[in-house]
Amino acid sequence: MSEPFTFSRQRFLAFMRKEMLEVWRDPSSIMIAVILPLVLVFLFGYGVSLDANTVQIGVSLEDTSPEARSLAYAFQKSKYFDTRIERTHQALEDDLVASKLRGVVIIPEDFTRKLQGGRQAEIMVIADGSETNTAAILQGYAEGTLATWIASRTAERTALPDELSPSGITPVVNVWFNPEMTTRYTLLPGSIAIIMSMIGTLLTALVVSREWERGTMEAMMATSLRIHEMLIAKITPYFLLGLGSMALCVGLSIFAFDVPFRGSLFVLLLSACVFLLCALGQGLLISTIARSQFVASQIALMTAFLPAFMLSGFLFEISSMPAPLRLLTYILPVRYFVAILQTSFIAGNVWPLFWQNLAAMLAIATALLTLTARRTAGRLD
Amino acid sequence: MISQRIVAWNRIKALIVKELLAVLHDKRARISLIAPPLIQLIVLAHAATLEVKNIHIAIYNQDSGSYSRELIQRIAGAPNFTQIYYPRNEADMRHLIDMETVLAAVQIQPDFSKNAAAGSASVQVILDGRKSNSSQIASSYISRIIGQFSADVSQFHGTAPTQQAVSVFRAWFNPDLEYLNYNVPCMIGVLSMILSLTITSLSVAREREMGTFDQILVSPLQPWQILLGKAVPAIVIGIAITSINLVLALILFGIPFRGSLLLLYFGMVVFVTAIIGIGLTISSITRTQQQASLGTFMFMMPTMLLCGFSTPVENIVSWLQPVSRIIPTTHFLIIVKGLFLKDMPFADVLTHVWPMALIAVGTLAIASYTFGRRLE
Repeated sequence: MSEPFTFSRQRFLAFMRKEMLEVWRDPSSIMIAVILPLVLVFLFGYGVSLDANTVQIGVSLEDTSPEARSLAYAFQKSKYFDTRIERTHQALEDDLVASKLRGVVIIPEDFTRKLQGGRQAEIMVIADGSETNTAAILQGYAEGTLATWIASRTAERTALPDELSPSGITPVVNVWFNPEMTTRYTLLPGSIAIIMSMIGTLLTALVVSREWERGTMEAMMATSLRIHEMLIAKITPYFLLGLGSMALCVGLSIFAFDVPFRGSLFVLLLSACVFLLCALGQGLLISTIARSQFVASQIALMTAFLPAFMLSGFLFEISSMPAPLRLLTYILPVRYFVAILQTSFIAGNVWPLFWQNLAAMLAIATALLTLTARRTAGRLD
Repeated sequence: MISQRIVAWNRIKALIVKELLAVLHDKRARISLIAPPLIQLIVLAHAATLEVKNIHIAIYNQDSGSYSRELIQRIAGAPNFTQIYYPRNEADMRHLIDMETVLAAVQIQPDFSKNAAAGSASVQVILDGRKSNSSQIASSYISRIIGQFSADVSQFHGTAPTQQAVSVFRAWFNPDLEYLNYNVPCMIGVLSMILSLTITSLSVAREREMGTFDQILVSPLQPWQILLGKAVPAIVIGIAITSINLVLALILFGIPFRGSLLLLYFGMVVFVTAIIGIGLTISSITRTQQQASLGTFMFMMPTMLLCGFSTPVENIVSWLQPVSRIIPTTHFLIIVKGLFLKDMPFADVLTHVWPMALIAVGTLAIASYTFGRRLE
């Protein structure tokens, strides 16, 4: 149906200008492109960290001997714990239920007696299992604190010089790319993917479904504009908006939060463009499926925001997910984008990784845009 | 006087029925309302795991002695390591890490067996800093295996010191530290928030865009009555869908529920009201659906990060923690988790209900004021 019309540069540019103006005049699109990146980068940069900083615990010191006290003191001075010492465990256990404490360490009455009698003394470590991750971390910290205490006690008692005691086999841990294990370095590049999914998918889905809702899409189709021209003109402003806010995020990450950038800017730009094509294609597709903005925003939320947040591998490790979910992540462009972002920020240029992920995104973008063009053309009939 | 009141209530009732119909009459809207929370619960509860399983690692062995063979066997036999790569040289090992094929690499140097026989040796563990959280956990698994190996070796040599004290670890409320027991209750809270927020903020904005909101404003209804008419249906739908998720959690996921269901619903009503208050506030200051929807996201994204779901509140920088506490979701997550797993007593629930109640009253008052002002 669009064959009789020929491409007119003037018409196309006029239409593009109209679309640009529409975006520029709506404060909400500027808000999402500028304020949202600022807020997210700020939160990931300062606030949110996956490392357990200090775990709040209570130590129930039921044995009053100097040895038991020195162990309680070892917990108190550990930088991993924020410790409160009590004589009984009742109050501490209540606070565990109330989520005021994450763990309780009980040093029982017979601790010193067993220790001095040559029997194995026990301390009890109770963690709040409802905060599963912290509980697992607490277990490790508590074991470590006890081991250190035992080692210093042994050293005091035997007075053996360190170099004489065999140290056994020890692991020497070496972290590549990010020696301090700063989570900010991995989270900030990941948040760029979230922001761009939002701009690409949610914004486009809303804008275009509004056109469908009001019937202006049909009106435009009745003009001599070709469908492809119209789609290109529609998504170009958001494409530029997405690139702009990516530049903002990258700049902030590097200059305000000292995230290193070791890769190639060209690859970053290229992958951002390809990713935006995927996101915009997805947004357009949603708008052709949904008839209203409400439905469109629900679908965008479910297929773009939540996957970007939870299935992209920047917050939760993909390989730890169950097999069906792992398979699902392969059709999500955000997964490939996060890999490129994290690598080019922290690790540097790993060309095979770049090409593989770019190719995957390109394939998804092609599929989405083809599907959208077909569906849009079909909507009129 | 009395008849006036009856008329007023009838009007509100009519508005509520109209609102419910408006949300539920369209099949697509109905599906897009009910299906996403259920699918999200099922899919995302499995995704949000900070547990690290199914790890791929590389072992680069330069040693030909028996100690390294034994150590490799132990690492390869560990259930968390599902795929082991054996690079032949350092470049291969580097490539495996660079490509994110493996999360960590273990490098055993040529003199390892000789040193181990002599009593002290070291093993290089190389981690991918791009995955700081999971590679750290992988590293702790490897260290544990090496520690055990070291203890066994020194016992074999007869140099092992006797253990003087051990710690007995118990995780209350969730003895196996099962992630789903944590994720599913959290997801119920988060999805309830997303849903209630979307319904309210978009319903007002849609009417405003179409001009029908002005018609309601010029009706004899008072601003607070309009507010009630908008809030009640959203509360009903929010609670209904959260209840479906609750049933899924109990039946499909088999999450234990130890607390009082009545208390949970008490908390849920206050929570959903607070969220709807926020939704109404957002929609009272926005003009189009697009603005309302984006405003909702502006609230939702920081909330997802600060409410204690993706990262515990105590891990957040201390000056941001007060912000976490004024988010109703933070309090509701504590209540949901507490009632599911801990049988949280009434008093503890109450300490988290009143902040939500304050937020509900505050936001509803703001929304009512802003709606009222539009009349003038």
